[in-house]
Amino acid sequence: MPTTETPDSAFVTRRRWRRRLGAIAGFVVTVFLTFLGLLAITFFIGRVIPIDPVLAVVGDRASNEVYAAARTAMGLDQPLVVQFFHYVVNVFSGDLGQSVSTGRSVVEDLSRFFPATLEMATIGILIGVLLGVPLGVIAASRQGSLIDQIIRVVGLLGYSMPAFWLGLVGLALFYAKLRWVGGPGRLDIFYDGLVAPATGLLLVDSLLAGEIDIFWNAITHLVLPASVLGFFSLAYIARMTRSFMLDQLSQEFVTTARVKGVPERVVIWRHAFNPIRVPLITVIGLSYAGLLEGSVMIETVFSWPGIGNYLTTALLNADMNAVLGSTLVIGAVFIFINKISDVLYRVLDPRAR
Amino acid sequence: MTAPMLSVENLRVSFPTHRGRVEVVKGISFELGRERLGIVGESGSGKSMTGRAILKLIRKPGLVTADRLEFDGIDLRAQSEKQMRAIRGARISMVMQDPKFSLNPVMTVGEQIAEALVTHEKLARREVEERIEAMLHSVRIDDPKRVAGLYPHEVSGGMGQRVMIAMMLIPEPELLIADEPTSALDVSVQAQVLDIIDDLVTSKGMGLILISHDLNLVSRYCDRILVMNAGTVVEECAAGQLDQASHPYTRGLLAAMPTINESRDELPVLDRNQWAGT
Repeated sequence: MPTTETPDSAFVTRRRWRRRLGAIAGFVVTVFLTFLGLLAITFFIGRVIPIDPVLAVVGDRASNEVYAAARTAMGLDQPLVVQFFHYVVNVFSGDLGQSVSTGRSVVEDLSRFFPATLEMATIGILIGVLLGVPLGVIAASRQGSLIDQIIRVVGLLGYSMPAFWLGLVGLALFYAKLRWVGGPGRLDIFYDGLVAPATGLLLVDSLLAGEIDIFWNAITHLVLPASVLGFFSLAYIARMTRSFMLDQLSQEFVTTARVKGVPERVVIWRHAFNPIRVPLITVIGLSYAGLLEGSVMIETVFSWPGIGNYLTTALLNADMNAVLGSTLVIGAVFIFINKISDVLYRVLDPRAR
Repeated sequence: MTAPMLSVENLRVSFPTHRGRVEVVKGISFELGRERLGIVGESGSGKSMTGRAILKLIRKPGLVTADRLEFDGIDLRAQSEKQMRAIRGARISMVMQDPKFSLNPVMTVGEQIAEALVTHEKLARREVEERIEAMLHSVRIDDPKRVAGLYPHEVSGGMGQRVMIAMMLIPEPELLIADEPTSALDVSVQAQVLDIIDDLVTSKGMGLILISHDLNLVSRYCDRILVMNAGTVVEECAAGQLDQASHPYTRGLLAAMPTINESRDELPVLDRNQWAGT
């Protein structure tokens, strides 16, 4: 019936578009609400804990008048709800307040510290995924073999070795002794501050500026801390991949594939691996979010100006604006990664559509 | 009768346990021509393991031995894994039990059927699609184009099993092993699925091994029946002569079958002491 087909299909497309727009709107609303909840919780916890942000500013020898003036200036004399309202309004206009310890605005601080962590965590998770997933698959497909045993031991080591120790040994060996990699910090001092920060990611900024030297230097500094982080996520991802794969390989549909005469490589990757992509995304997403939180140990060992360092320093100085700001960024990262995982589920698993 | 298509002699399958190897198939022998053979037995009797052993699908640490395991003159025991892959699907195929578990959940039905075909034959895409459509038609699916694009969770059990049959028959094997093909299905669609298998097997002149625990069903669809118990064949007879079966296990099974219009208060329980001796 070609006569009815055109209006009919146009109608169907319009409906489909409306549904898709509805889904996007729902998505935005849930993200917004989750973020607001996160704001509320971090804000109230921040105000309830027995840390006096006023003291952090005026010092403990200030007179009562100075103290009271500072308290009023910081808006802390108002009711909590009013303070929260102001805070929310400020956050949504992009203002997270001033940091007491650095003297800069928290937004400015975060835009310096977070990219450092982002860069390291991203390279770390890439190492973890690109090596961990294949290792897990190989271990599972040769369960009980020597390779499987080796991979399991590597996984166990990654699980049980302290990160700072591995970082220190790495520095002592590859930097101090062998001179293969750069030392602590993101760049050699010689290159420091030569590239104008555009994204804050040194690898990207140096390439944008066409500074290949700086790019290589940044890599030599990044490779060791990122590898240490990568090793931990590798260990976790490989273990999880192995156990997911073992579960799939004992499924009936894997036998079905073998009955059809499908080569073992295809049985493993197409039939056993494809269905585990969804649980793997959860594992990878959580690992990545964990790395983005900033590893204080690694950042300390490598003098890495990341968010973990920033947050710890802020906490120790009762710098509440900085603490709240960092917590918000970390929370937002979690929300963002969760949402991306949700979208990927739907792409990868027909049952979730 | 011509030379048998499949001959099995003294087939044994064993698995290691912490108390030593346990044999689940204890030396069974049978021959199969282009006919329909039924293997009946209770669960754990080794009937499914027999089917899988023929395809060499018993994985380590399971162990299969036989004095003879020949298919069409090929000694299956001596085939490498690669050679077996050329036989699996293309020459001997197997319909699995439950479509809920035996179809890949993240591939469309059409992709899975196509895989069975293109693993063994290099064909143009257009041709593959035509073959799939024709095959789905022959398992009585009316709108093959739509069904081919569905995922396994979107089809019913009966439909899933017809898809399974289509998938296993599309490379045109000579022998089909049907391992409890209807056990997971509703009674109302069991007959339908078995009729489809029966039609296709008969029209293509294939051999069939129908594995089931349902004596009635096997006697209806098969020419010959093996009754298995505890890893051994206890009875072998033509389907029509089941009522003359002599082994106490078979007699016990037959006696336990209720018939319509009967007025027994209690169905008899198998007395295993009669043949197991323990």
